[in-house]
Amino acid sequence: MSLIRYQSPEVMAWPPLDRWSSLRDDLNSLFELPFWSSFARQGQLFGGWSPALDLYQDKDNVVAVVELPGMKKEDIDISLRDGTLTISGERKSQTSNGEKAERTERYIGRFRRSVTLPTRVDADKISASYRDGILTVTLPKAEEAKPKQIEVK
Amino acid sequence: MNTLVRENRDNERGQSEQFITPSGSVVEAGDGYTLEVEMPGVNKDGLEISVENNELTIVGRRSRPGLEGKLIHRESRPENYRRTFELDPSIDADKIGAKIDQGVITLTLPKAEHVKPRKIAVS
Repeated sequence: MSLIRYQSPEVMAWPPLDRWSSLRDDLNSLFELPFWSSFARQGQLFGGWSPALDLYQDKDNVVAVVELPGMKKEDIDISLRDGTLTISGERKSQTSNGEKAERTERYIGRFRRSVTLPTRVDADKISASYRDGILTVTLPKAEEAKPKQIEVK
Repeated sequence: MNTLVRENRDNERGQSEQFITPSGSVVEAGDGYTLEVEMPGVNKDGLEISVENNELTIVGRRSRPGLEGKLIHRESRPENYRRTFELDPSIDADKIGAKIDQGVITLTLPKAEHVKPRKIAVS
């Protein structure tokens, strides 16, 4: 599992206006937050959108939880390849002409997050829900990856 | 910085509960401002918006369902959200509107009638 958020160069999104104010806030928040979360969010400091991803597992499932506020369901892509779950998408700008952005901290543009799953999963049974700006992907473990109890006869 | 809806950080010192400062955007349209604040995991029930002394405070409490299982990787933060903005006097505080959709709060802050730009017809 990669602990540093990878942000490929072509998906970097630059906030269109008020870059300095946004940078100042990023710097401020760097000092306000506990060290670890600043570290985890450093992808954001350099201008890309790197949504926070949590990974859980229990006996039957691996669950990925991603903070994606303000997306449209159809703009989120989920794919699984060689044991790596990739969540990508695009947030489109809604600012219309005649409006003036005074301050922009929200990222517009593409993002991509990948995570290597800790076990094999059943690709046909993956399900996802998007609620309150949080994407939850439930990946049932493959039968052979589930813990088994072996009975002594 | 000539930002008319601006953040007031002083207010947040001395609070016992830790909050995350959520990201936001301010857009000025002709007759008011639109403020968008990101609070993933918050829905209508967890949202408190108040205006006091020309300061707008937004507090968002997560309603994240308790997830079973062992956490193996975490980047999100568990704290609730809070942010305060100082309102420009031109904003009509009685007419502020709010909605929340997929973790993004959109506030519309209309300017009071008397400060709206007015066209005067030459007769």
